[in-house]
Amino acid sequence: MTTKAARLFRRMDGLFAVYKPQGVHWKLIRDTIESNLLKELNSCPPPAPQLAVKFQLLSSGENNGSKDLILSPSMLPSLANHPLVKGPQFHKVHVGVGHRLDAFSSGVLVLGVGKGNYVLEHLCKSHVTRDYTLEGEFGRATDDFSHTTRVIEKTTYDHVTQDKLERVLAMIQGANQKALITYSQMDLRTQEAYELAVKGLLYPHGKSPPILTGLRCIHFNPPHFTLEVQCVNETQKYLRKLIHEVGLELRSSAVCSGVRRTRDGPFKAENALTRQHWTADCIIQAIAHFRKTTRKIRKSGMYRQTDGQLNSSAKIQEQIRSEIGQSDQEHVELTSPTFDRIVDRVAPGTG
Amino acid sequence: MGLDAVVRPSPLQEISEEEAIQIQVPSALPPDSFTLKPYVDQSETLSKLVQLGVNLWELEQRPNVGSMLVRLDFHADVAPKLLFLKDLGVEESKLGTILTKNPFILTESLDNLEARVSYLKTKKFSQESVAVMVSKAPYLLNFSVERLDNRLGFFQKQLGLSAEKTRNVVTRLPKLLCRSLEPIKENLKVCELEFGFRGNEIQHIVTTVPKVLIANKRKLTQIFDFVHNTMDVPHSLIAKFPQVLNAKFLRIKERHLFLEYLGRAQYQPSQPNYISLDRLVFLPDDVFCSDVALATLEDFERFQKTL
Repeated sequence: MTTKAARLFRRMDGLFAVYKPQGVHWKLIRDTIESNLLKELNSCPPPAPQLAVKFQLLSSGENNGSKDLILSPSMLPSLANHPLVKGPQFHKVHVGVGHRLDAFSSGVLVLGVGKGNYVLEHLCKSHVTRDYTLEGEFGRATDDFSHTTRVIEKTTYDHVTQDKLERVLAMIQGANQKALITYSQMDLRTQEAYELAVKGLLYPHGKSPPILTGLRCIHFNPPHFTLEVQCVNETQKYLRKLIHEVGLELRSSAVCSGVRRTRDGPFKAENALTRQHWTADCIIQAIAHFRKTTRKIRKSGMYRQTDGQLNSSAKIQEQIRSEIGQSDQEHVELTSPTFDRIVDRVAPGTG
Repeated sequence: MGLDAVVRPSPLQEISEEEAIQIQVPSALPPDSFTLKPYVDQSETLSKLVQLGVNLWELEQRPNVGSMLVRLDFHADVAPKLLFLKDLGVEESKLGTILTKNPFILTESLDNLEARVSYLKTKKFSQESVAVMVSKAPYLLNFSVERLDNRLGFFQKQLGLSAEKTRNVVTRLPKLLCRSLEPIKENLKVCELEFGFRGNEIQHIVTTVPKVLIANKRKLTQIFDFVHNTMDVPHSLIAKFPQVLNAKFLRIKERHLFLEYLGRAQYQPSQPNYISLDRLVFLPDDVFCSDVALATLEDFERFQKTL
């Protein structure tokens, strides 16, 4: 017979996404979520106290008539298993973090609970990209590339127009596409590689520097401008440096005033939990919502281990893509498609 | 000459009832253990403490507290102190938490405890306020009379408050008497020099929200910087609503940015659609959205995801 606490604990297994506010370290969020889950688990009623045999001096029965005290055994509740002596039922819930976000950035942060932590590993190895919105401001350059640290230089920015910005972005994108092709270690002269490249399924093989698969400007209002970026293997400091370099290319300087992750693989910002919803029941609901996605990540991770099975992996690719279906095309105008689906990558050299 | 031929009775041998009763069984208690679990059922002190609600598991994590509790005798040590606390007016339900936070109240001598309570009464603290102070700050009665006197004098002098108001502040936050004075002095200096509050404004802030004295200096500075520089609220308004200094920074920031986005961020009392700082901070989310921001909770959540 399972207790309520054990049943609740068994439901806490899977992945979910959280919206990290700006200025908060990711570890604080992970600790808050763990303590909220533990609080809910330990508030479940404890099991009934165990009985132990104790010998007590009780008066003998009425048939004797006298008031002799004799030692007689009886089952009494023992205090040794009382929660105040034994401690709380649950000490630890294993909560793991996916791709980390530094304190300055905000956005979608994927967390895994219990058995979901194994799937987190698959998510990190799978071919997912992440979507960021970067806000920049022309006119200043700081040592940390963000708008709060010490200013190093100030420049004018009247000469900057949207046209010039688009040209600089196109140049950066071209360099990144070349890097993507080099790091994917695929010979583009083969038909297989060409087909993959056309569909936009190229992915860097092994360790690679941060690569942007998509980059465009969504808002230009000098001195402020906003870029939208899809990238792979990035760190948030690299993205702030990108803003700085965009400023340098335009013969001005720029600082980054905000880095916001809107998508991490299949986890989008609409389904991420905000601070008010970091309670156990909301988290369990979110885990249930993402159960299908979690299963697909795990499946794609399992199949990747068998290398060289070209045909089967291609079939699985199609299957996964048809199952997930055509999710809303938010990024229609981008030059490269978004990796919001979990896709397998063909092993190199088998083309 | 054979080996030692002591006749030991075999376990299966039949013996009479009188012989059976006279067999001395050594106690099964282990001489040492990591937890208090084996001793709870046998020791009267420990079982009575568990029934009172004392969290023995938490106490045994602290070094040496477990051994001290096992060695206590219920009728000699524990019972008189519990009766003393009950006479003082402390509620029985709170006794468990007080002992969990401060088990050393049981090792303090009864004369000392009575001397400190009578000292507080000479300073015109009423019986109920002393009981409330002990339940809020369990370590209070472990401090000597000189130390309590020192602290009360410091607060009266530094804050420049009347005796009545000092008593009020200390009754609401008795932790002030237990902690060291250096962080409090630093906080007061920060309020005066960095923030630029005047003397009477500081007095008003401390009497309304005494927690400002023991708040984290860095967090306090962060909140004040945001409220004064980003929200453009003058010193006088902040002094009028000091609850805003006690609130969470993220809450103030998100709500202010939401109001600014809606164009309703008006914090000057003379202008129309004025929003007072305590309403900004104190109301729960749904009431804030419907009354102050005039928007739905979903809108607020969607806005939070764009920050």
